[in-house]
This record gives sequence, structure tokens and C-alpha cells, in this order.
Amino acid sequence: METFITIIAGVLFTVGTYLILNKNLLRIILGITIFSHATHLMLLSINGLKKGAAPLLGENAASYTDPVPQALILTSIVISFALTAFLLVLGYRTYVELGTDNMKQLRGNPHE
Amino acid sequence: MSNILVLPIIIPLLTAMTMIFFRRRVRLQQILAVVSLLLMTGINIFIVHRVSQQGIIVLDVGGWQAPYGISLVGDMLSALLVLVATFICLMCTLFAFGSVDNDHKVYFVYPFILLLTCGVNGSFLTGDLFNLFVFFEVMLISSYVLLSLGGKKLQLRESIKYVIINVISSTLFVIAIAYLYSITGTLSMAHLSERIAIIGQDGLLTTVSFLFLAVFGLKSGLLLFFWLPGSYSAPPPAIAALFAALLTKVGIYAIMRTFTLIFYHQPEITHTVIIIMAALTMILGALGAISHWEIKKILAYNVIVAVGFILFGVGVGSFDSLTGALFYLIHDMFAKALIFILGGAIISIFGTDKLRSISGLILFRPSLGWLFFIAALALAGVPPLSGFVGKVIILKEGITEGHLIMSVIGIATSLLVLYSVMKIFIHSFWGETLLSEGDQKATGTSSLLPGSILTALIIGMGLGAEWVLFYVQQAAEVMANPSLYVDAVFRRIN
Repeated sequence: METFITIIAGVLFTVGTYLILNKNLLRIILGITIFSHATHLMLLSINGLKKGAAPLLGENAASYTDPVPQALILTSIVISFALTAFLLVLGYRTYVELGTDNMKQLRGNPHE
Repeated sequence: MSNILVLPIIIPLLTAMTMIFFRRRVRLQQILAVVSLLLMTGINIFIVHRVSQQGIIVLDVGGWQAPYGISLVGDMLSALLVLVATFICLMCTLFAFGSVDNDHKVYFVYPFILLLTCGVNGSFLTGDLFNLFVFFEVMLISSYVLLSLGGKKLQLRESIKYVIINVISSTLFVIAIAYLYSITGTLSMAHLSERIAIIGQDGLLTTVSFLFLAVFGLKSGLLLFFWLPGSYSAPPPAIAALFAALLTKVGIYAIMRTFTLIFYHQPEITHTVIIIMAALTMILGALGAISHWEIKKILAYNVIVAVGFILFGVGVGSFDSLTGALFYLIHDMFAKALIFILGGAIISIFGTDKLRSISGLILFRPSLGWLFFIAALALAGVPPLSGFVGKVIILKEGITEGHLIMSVIGIATSLLVLYSVMKIFIHSFWGETLLSEGDQKATGTSSLLPGSILTALIIGMGLGAEWVLFYVQQAAEVMANPSLYVDAVFRRIN
């Protein structure tokens, strides 16, 4: 199961990187979202996906599921969710104000 | 009594939340901001005093002991940086009273300045890597809002790049944390330090440390600074001063902390890379500073040069060079805030930052001119001012440790920095005046109060260097002996 999730995370990283390298602003934002999802999957798989006992020290110490990665993912998901929302609004405003969503044109005027 | 550590984080948070309810009452917001920042400055002075008297303060949040819970750790490094950061926020808020236009004021500029303070203070005080990430995000989200607030075309264009780069680097930060957790099974910095000291820093851990270096390098502008000049010249002057004085410094603090506390076992690899990156940063930053003719761009590139210089001191890694690096870091926070405030005043008087179209300001604003002159000298490190002490310690230690080429680069870039700021001084203050009598509005006067206070501090830090060094050396001692930090967190003081 860990191998499967690791491979999925790798595929998502590839997709995310491909989208981030795009010129279109919306695709970049989508790429960032997929990238952060890949990170969360990776976080989930880092310490193994042992099924079974509750994380109490002493009882079933060999087979318990490590709670720390899950706590980290929870925090990280909330942060990336908020950032995606902000980024979408910012991207929309940029598109409305500047009239383009092409990153090449957002680089700035060479003669300004 | 160790509960005092939570105050620098919670006071700005609560004040900001209160201020949101009084959106239209700008005067009330200003009073609240100044009062809470003054209160925090007082508390931080007390924390510095207490740390120097009784050693490192540790707060186990929620009562959970160190390896299991998250702890806030106030050693001298954190305490000093929190004090300086809070004070600079106070100065920038004072400057913002007169320089930020009314549209910004009703759109929560003061609450977001305070939230930024909360994030910065939290990053300095936390003793847990993932918590560092969370406070980084608190700081960064506030900085995104402050950067894009106002919605001018330039701001939107620059903030979209700034946000995208920072979001990606934050994701890399989480990846680095994940790798580190899977190797060591802990995220508390003290516990990490102890475990890595036991199992040894093998190639895998060194690789992970480079991932951290890349992340913090992106945040602090160490070599990966391509985003910095654009985004630091977009926001209004008060915000730019706040960014220049605080944001990159948090990244520098993170590098200092991780590479002196956690990844210090293979300095011949990691620290050499830091030194090479610092050299390139200094050279490229100095070239950028002398090649531009806009005030904002010149100042932004000066930020980059200082980052390179501080991290040269960190890379050398001895007790003396860490002392120098921290002294120079504190000096640089004051000096950058000062020069951005004064530069912002010049820009707001002329309405442009093109050096070729402004001149002759000294007739109307003599005090502004001389403050700018002192700030320029301090940036370059001319003797009686504070930049000199830090520079001398770092360069002397660099030569003793055999980094001769680096020291030459350091001296050469200092001269280029002096040239670049003197260029601003000469072009904007000397020459035929372009302002008519009617033009000399009341703009720019709001910079005089924070400007004079910061100038006084810079001169005071230069003349009273021994008094400041007393505290800075205590911080460097903890950095040079990570076991002091670890023992304090685990309460193993014997």
C-alpha cells in the first residue's frame, strides 16, 4: 500500500510540475493545488500506513498508526486550502485589471 | 513565569482581531496598534533581560513535555530578534500613519501589519519545525495581502509571482519536513539535534539539509533572489520597509537555527555550500544595486547584498563569526528599515523613483538629507556606525579561518553598496532643485520621527557596541554549543 501511494504521489508531482511550468495563470494555480495534494499523500506515507491499534504508548506499541503525519496533513491541508482560495481571487483580480492571464505578458514592460 | 513567551505572539493577534471590528475608525486603529506594539517592546526587553540573567526560557504549550508537545523556546537569539522585529514594526507603523493613503487604511492595513508581527515573532520563538512552517505561513499570508492591497497594476503583477513562488517553496518546506520526520521520527528541534548527534549525519540527512537550504534560501533571498527586487519595489513605502527589514531576516534566522542546531555535523559540505551561495549572492546583488537607476530597485538589491554577507558569517560557523553575523543581522534590520523609510519619503515627495528626474532636495528637507546620509554610511559599514562592528568581526574571522577570497568579495561589495546609496544621495539631494515653492507639500514629514529614532539607534549601536555585544555573544554561545539549547528544552540543567 505504501508503494502504491508513493507512486501516486510521484505521478501527482509530475502533473503538478508540468502545470506549474505552463504560461496560463489558471493552470499554474491548478498545478499548485495538485502539487500540494501530492505533498499531503507523501506526508501520509512517510511513516508507513500500519493499520490497527490506536496510538497509545505501551498498548500494541508495535502496530499502532503514527498520528503525527495525520496531524501535519490536517494543518497543511487547511493552509493550502486558504492559499488556493487567496490565489484564485488574486489571479482573477490580476486578469481583470491587467487583461491577461499569460505569464509571459505579466513579466513586465522592458521599457518602463 | 515562562508563560511570558506566548505574549509576543498573542498580543498582536488579539489586537489585530479587535481592530477588524473598527474598520472605519482609523484613528482608533492607530492608537491600538501603537499601544500594543509599545507594550510588546516592553515585554520583549524584559524577556531579553530575563534570558540573560536566568538562561533559556522554555514553555511547553499545553503542559506537554518537550519531545511530545510543541515548545516555545526563547534563547538569546530568538529574544533579541523578537525585540528588534517588534520595534521595527512599531517604527514602520509610525511611518505608515502619514505615508499610506486612506484607501489602504480602511482596508485593514494595520491589522495585517500586526498579523505579520505575530507570524515573525512566532517563527523566531517556536522550537518545532512544523510550527516554524505554520508561523511562516501566517507571516507570508499577511505579506501577500499587504503586497497586493490597493490593487494597482504593478502590485498585482508582482504579487502574483511572489505568491506563486512562496507557495511552491512552502510546499517544498513540507516535503523537507516529511523526509526529516521519516528519517528521525521527530520534529522538535532540540530532539532532532539530539537524535542526529546520536545517529550521525549521513548522506541522506545532508541531502535533506540541502532541501531545507533551498527552501530557506528562497525565503531569505540567498542566491534564489530573483523574485525579490520586483516584489519589494511594488508596495507602498511603509510596507516595503517592513518587508525589507523582516521577511528575508526570518529566512536567515531559519538557516542560522537549522544549520547551527540540527545539521552542523558536516560543515565541510553544507557550510561550504552556504559560503559559495553567499559569495554569489553578494556579487550579483551588488551588480544589481549599481546597475539600476530607480531608488526602489537599488534599495531592494541592497537587501540581497546584506543577506549574502550575514550568511557568510553563518557559513564560517565559528563562535566569533556567529557573533558578527548576529550583530550584523540586528544592525541590518534597523538600517534597512531606516533606508527604506527615508527612500520612501523621497519617492513620496517627488512622486517618482527615477533618479534622473529628481534632484535638489537638500534645500527643502535638510534633515531628511542628513538622515539619509548617515543611513547610507551605516549600510556600507563606515566606522562610528553600527554596520562597522559586525563587518569587522565577520571579515576578521573569515580571514583567520582561511576564506580570503570571500573576505575580499565582502569588502568589495561593501564599497559597491556605498557607491549605490551615495548615488541616490547625490542625485536626489544635490544639484539644481526641480521642486517649486508650491511643490513642497507636507509629504515626507512622517518619516522624520521613525527616521530619527532609527538613526539614533544605529549610532548608539555603533558607539555602544560592547553593550550590545554582551547580549549578542550570549546568543552566539548557544549557537556554537547546541547542547545548551537541547538541555534547556529537556530541562536537564545540572
